[in-house]
Amino acid sequence: MTESPTREALKWTNDEMMTVAAARELTSGTVCFVGIGLPSTAANLARASHAPDVVLIYESGCIGAKPDRLPPSIGDGILSRTADAVVSVPEIFAYWLQAGRVDVGFLGAAQVDRFGNINTTVVGEYGSPQVRLPGAGGAPEIATSCSRVIITLRHSPRAMVEKLDFVTSVGHGDGGDFRARLGLPGRGPQAMITDLGVLRCEPESREFVLSSVHPGVEIPDVIEATGWALRVADDVSVTAPPTDGELHALRSFVGA
Amino acid sequence: MARFSSLHDAVAEHIHDGDTVALEGFTHLIPFAAGQEIIRQRRKDLTLVRMTPDIIYDQLIGMGCARKLIFSWAGNPGAGSLHRFRDAVEHSVPHHLEIEEHSHAGMATRYQAGASGLPFGMLRGYAGTDLATITPTISWVTCPFTGENLAAVPALRPDVGVICAQQADRDGNVMMWGITGVQKEAVLASQRSIVLVEEVVDAFSPHTNGVVLPSWVVDDVCLVPSGSYPSYAQDYSQRASAFYSQWEPISKDCEKFLAWMDEHVLATSDHAEFLASLDPALLEDIND
Repeated sequence: MTESPTREALKWTNDEMMTVAAARELTSGTVCFVGIGLPSTAANLARASHAPDVVLIYESGCIGAKPDRLPPSIGDGILSRTADAVVSVPEIFAYWLQAGRVDVGFLGAAQVDRFGNINTTVVGEYGSPQVRLPGAGGAPEIATSCSRVIITLRHSPRAMVEKLDFVTSVGHGDGGDFRARLGLPGRGPQAMITDLGVLRCEPESREFVLSSVHPGVEIPDVIEATGWALRVADDVSVTAPPTDGELHALRSFVGA
Repeated sequence: MARFSSLHDAVAEHIHDGDTVALEGFTHLIPFAAGQEIIRQRRKDLTLVRMTPDIIYDQLIGMGCARKLIFSWAGNPGAGSLHRFRDAVEHSVPHHLEIEEHSHAGMATRYQAGASGLPFGMLRGYAGTDLATITPTISWVTCPFTGENLAAVPALRPDVGVICAQQADRDGNVMMWGITGVQKEAVLASQRSIVLVEEVVDAFSPHTNGVVLPSWVVDDVCLVPSGSYPSYAQDYSQRASAFYSQWEPISKDCEKFLAWMDEHVLATSDHAEFLASLDPALLEDIND
């Protein structure tokens, strides 16, 4: 493992590092199903930097949207006006997502577990929740049908939990060949990008293990911020810091 | 043939206490004005249906109009929570709210089945989720040809479907474009329908992704300029994003919420008066 710079020396925030690391998961030509918030920022950063031909699909029915600013909502005219095609909501979920035309699904989560299962429904008991969250939205079928899923969220023991209060969207269930047994077509979550590092799905067990820490972050910090007993990959590395180009593109987008 | 009516008369005639009502609009063309007219007329015991309940559903729930909510994502996109919805689910304020929740794909399939006159629709989804456990309207069917196990969801057949479109012609045909969501399915699935339009024109011009609903599948057409305020109506108005961010503290405090509803909805007689009651800054720069 290479030497990490100290936090003070860094020219970027943990959130910016998270967005940059998420953007790097996309390559040109990838067809990506995007939600508002961090996923939209990361996908647009990829399009503005290393992956100009990434195809962005928003669940409002906008296929191939090319916004030049971040839309405040998936209903924004910047998406429909710049899209290659705009289709109805039943069509986007049936012909495009369910039919297997999407490579990457970007999902956020209120809670996630070590197998990449996601809760966006409730904290506490379903019938008498401590916190009622927005619910499923498009996530369950994105998690089912995209070739692969990337999860982005801020690292904390309350978010990265031993056991979910509710399974809204399925990752790898209880691990192993769970998805194959259920007949789920996509390969499921492959990466979990947080503000502290990158976790990747181990091939056999399908458990998420720490693959890289962001510059300035120590491995014990990540373990402490994880609600399950996080395992660390043998070849754990330091995430490549954001380039000037990535930071410039990100900041001009966020500021736009 | 559709008839042209005032929004007041359309709501009074078509929406009754206890009805199942879908006010659709997938983040664009949201029928805010209709929701507020339902509140003015003090409807109650409604089963409200919507894929993406947002501020207008927060208002309907907070004012006690809803008995039940059928939905897939309830939030104030980019701005916060729906605190009236949360208060109803978490603390039964103002009263218990029954919920029936699906995914977007499940809700879209249910509307499609309703619009198609089928008893149910199917999709590849829900497997392995807790939604399949807690929502009774999720079941399973086996494909008779391949043996694949698929999720089955019953058709949605609301009593009333309410949407916004950009235009109607003089015959009451309506046209919407841009992001058209699930509005066509919501109208065709419903027993009765009300369409709010920004403008009445002599003849439609072609629009990319233009969707036309013929006059004879619509009951009432209501001319309500800015009827989707504070949401978008492409080529008419932009989203009033400040309204969305200002809603968070209003929604969070029940007293503040009730005072706001009194001042801006109950004390105004229609949507034009509602708009006039707002801080003018909330209406700036929204022309599209």
